[in-house]
Amino acid sequence: MSVSTSELVRGLAKKRVFWPLVTLALLLLFNLAFNPHFFSITIREGHLYGSLIDILNRAAPLMIVAMGLTLVIATHGIDISVGAVVAIAGAVAATMIGGQLDLSGGAQDATRYPLVLVIIVTLAVAMLFGMWNGMLISFFGMQPIIATLILLVMGRGVAQLITEGQIITIYYTPYFFIGNGFLAGLPFSLFIVAAVLALLLLLTRKTALGLFIEAVGLNPVAARFAGVRARAITFWAYAFSGLCAGIAGLIVSSNVKSADGNNAGLLFELDAILAVVLGGTALNGGRFTLVGSVLGALIIQTLTTTIYSVGVPPEVTLVVKAVVVFLVSILQSDKVRNRIATLGKLREAL
Amino acid sequence: MDNGNTAASAAALPALTPAHSRPRLDPRYLPLVVTLGLFVAMFGAGSVAFEGFFSLQVFLNLFVDNAFLLIAAIGMTFVIISGGIDLSVGSVIALTTMVLATLVENRGWSPALVIPLVLLMGAAIGLVHGVVIQYFEVQPFIVTLAGMFLARGLCYLISIDSISITNPFFSDISAVQIPLPFDTSISVNVVMALGMLVVAIYLAHYTRFGRTLYAIGGSEQSALLMGLPVARTKILTYTFSGFCSALAGIAFTFYMLSGYGLHAQGMEMDAIAAAVVGGTLLTGGSGYVVGTLVGVLIYGTIQTLIMFEGSLSSWWTKIVIGLLLLVFCLLQKALARGPRSKGPIPATREVNGQQLPASASTERTAHAGG
Repeated sequence: MSVSTSELVRGLAKKRVFWPLVTLALLLLFNLAFNPHFFSITIREGHLYGSLIDILNRAAPLMIVAMGLTLVIATHGIDISVGAVVAIAGAVAATMIGGQLDLSGGAQDATRYPLVLVIIVTLAVAMLFGMWNGMLISFFGMQPIIATLILLVMGRGVAQLITEGQIITIYYTPYFFIGNGFLAGLPFSLFIVAAVLALLLLLTRKTALGLFIEAVGLNPVAARFAGVRARAITFWAYAFSGLCAGIAGLIVSSNVKSADGNNAGLLFELDAILAVVLGGTALNGGRFTLVGSVLGALIIQTLTTTIYSVGVPPEVTLVVKAVVVFLVSILQSDKVRNRIATLGKLREAL
Repeated sequence: MDNGNTAASAAALPALTPAHSRPRLDPRYLPLVVTLGLFVAMFGAGSVAFEGFFSLQVFLNLFVDNAFLLIAAIGMTFVIISGGIDLSVGSVIALTTMVLATLVENRGWSPALVIPLVLLMGAAIGLVHGVVIQYFEVQPFIVTLAGMFLARGLCYLISIDSISITNPFFSDISAVQIPLPFDTSISVNVVMALGMLVVAIYLAHYTRFGRTLYAIGGSEQSALLMGLPVARTKILTYTFSGFCSALAGIAFTFYMLSGYGLHAQGMEMDAIAAAVVGGTLLTGGSGYVVGTLVGVLIYGTIQTLIMFEGSLSSWWTKIVIGLLLLVFCLLQKALARGPRSKGPIPATREVNGQQLPASASTERTAHAGG
């Protein structure tokens, strides 16, 4: 035991996921103080139930979108169209299943196309929109915020066009499994999150891809000269972000059993950016942490749950989120960091 | 330059016209000319296709129905010229309607007191944005995104329901119709919006503030080295945008006669679209306030066309606006990358996420834009 505790803490504090973890832990403990049963998990009908499971389940779409966005932000980009793509994906899925409530026969469990086809087409459409962003940004050199702004403006129009302005209700039970189902006692959506996270960690940590993405984010020109295919990497980052938004769209529409072109995924892009920032990925590209973004999404969902459970009106959520964004972005700014660093050195010198 | 306000608006247009008389058009004016041509073409197409479309009142209604958008878009244009962006516009408008409605209706305050108060509130929100952006060097879109959350959240804190306004001052003003020749009329909002336009043209093109604004948008580094008051100007720009949003909120209240937290949802995007379609470069440093007016008119024309068509639904507005935004961004890209473009387009900017070799993308961009 040669490592002293202070060194251990210092080593931990250097990890990027340290602060998000601390934030999440504090939030959870805060909840425990208000509700002694907060951590309790019960088994009912073979499924796990409890506040923690609930938070995990509800945060699933945000966690997935945040992971896609993390890659985009790591390339020094931004994708503000994710909410619109969530709406489009939901619209495509719901339209393909077909929202016909058959009152005569009582057999409402119908879909116009097989579920597998619905999922594949939905994800393909979402990914195509991501590729559209990627094309504008990497091949036409458009600023990321503008290219994705165009899709943000157009996307909801497209979603409404698909659903013809209606809220389409889904009456196909197997589809609900995506968002509400349980597998081995846990919500099925968590398995999707785990799969996406595992795939991404494998790709970015076990291959050089993660390094390439960071290189592009730090300096695309230098990366290109070093032989990194900067354009292709940027392109696929956006394509993947679109795919993630598509997966989230499936979960969201399955969760609420309907698709609403106008309101599905509204303000989702903001939550996703907040999750990535809270997770410790800097907005100006370079180093990124996928686990951090997942934690960031959990922090946001826990915050929302906390606000509900403490009895504060839910309207406050937006204000609290705003204050959090302000504080985190100010703390992330180089100026404040430098000042803190100077203070630390001063203390050491004294 | 000490032109009066009225002289300024007249002087701004001649400043653009010499470009037409020259044999070759200055590429800087091309987006503006394209926009103007597009507006004439769209309005012309509507006139041919629909009975009763070609009338002065239909044209004036473009102003009546979009006065608040014009006011908000003017503030946005300033911010974009400085190289930033303001995503809080829509929610500040909503907050303004909410504060107006609750103070006037529920608390019984005098509008004479409440109106200056909300203008101050808008300016203060903008000021905070500017200070955080300038002194903490946080990206503008993150700061104004937080402001957007905050303003919407405050709306819902006041009330989650719509508050309708019955105060005689508001209903009287909203009912006023200023008569114009040929049996047409405009509303008070239009006068407010056009007044703001004149002030904005004066500020942008005839003051030190305006020149510094363009310099910052062109290259903040150079502006700093030139000894221009960069910090003050940037903060003032966001303050001005916040003020414009609050003024737009007042116009919106006259238009809707209610306060509601869901008002003006996504209007920041409409304002950005109007500015961009009007020829303002999103990388900053280039653009005209007059262009924003034409951008707003195009926006209004699309809505009017869809209304006259009858069978088309409202979401087509979003799709068409998105497509226009795309076309204009590509067009500007092509012009900016073109040889010997005179526009003060920075070669490298930090906000540009992707700096791509100009040689490779010029062909493609030019092709797509033209």
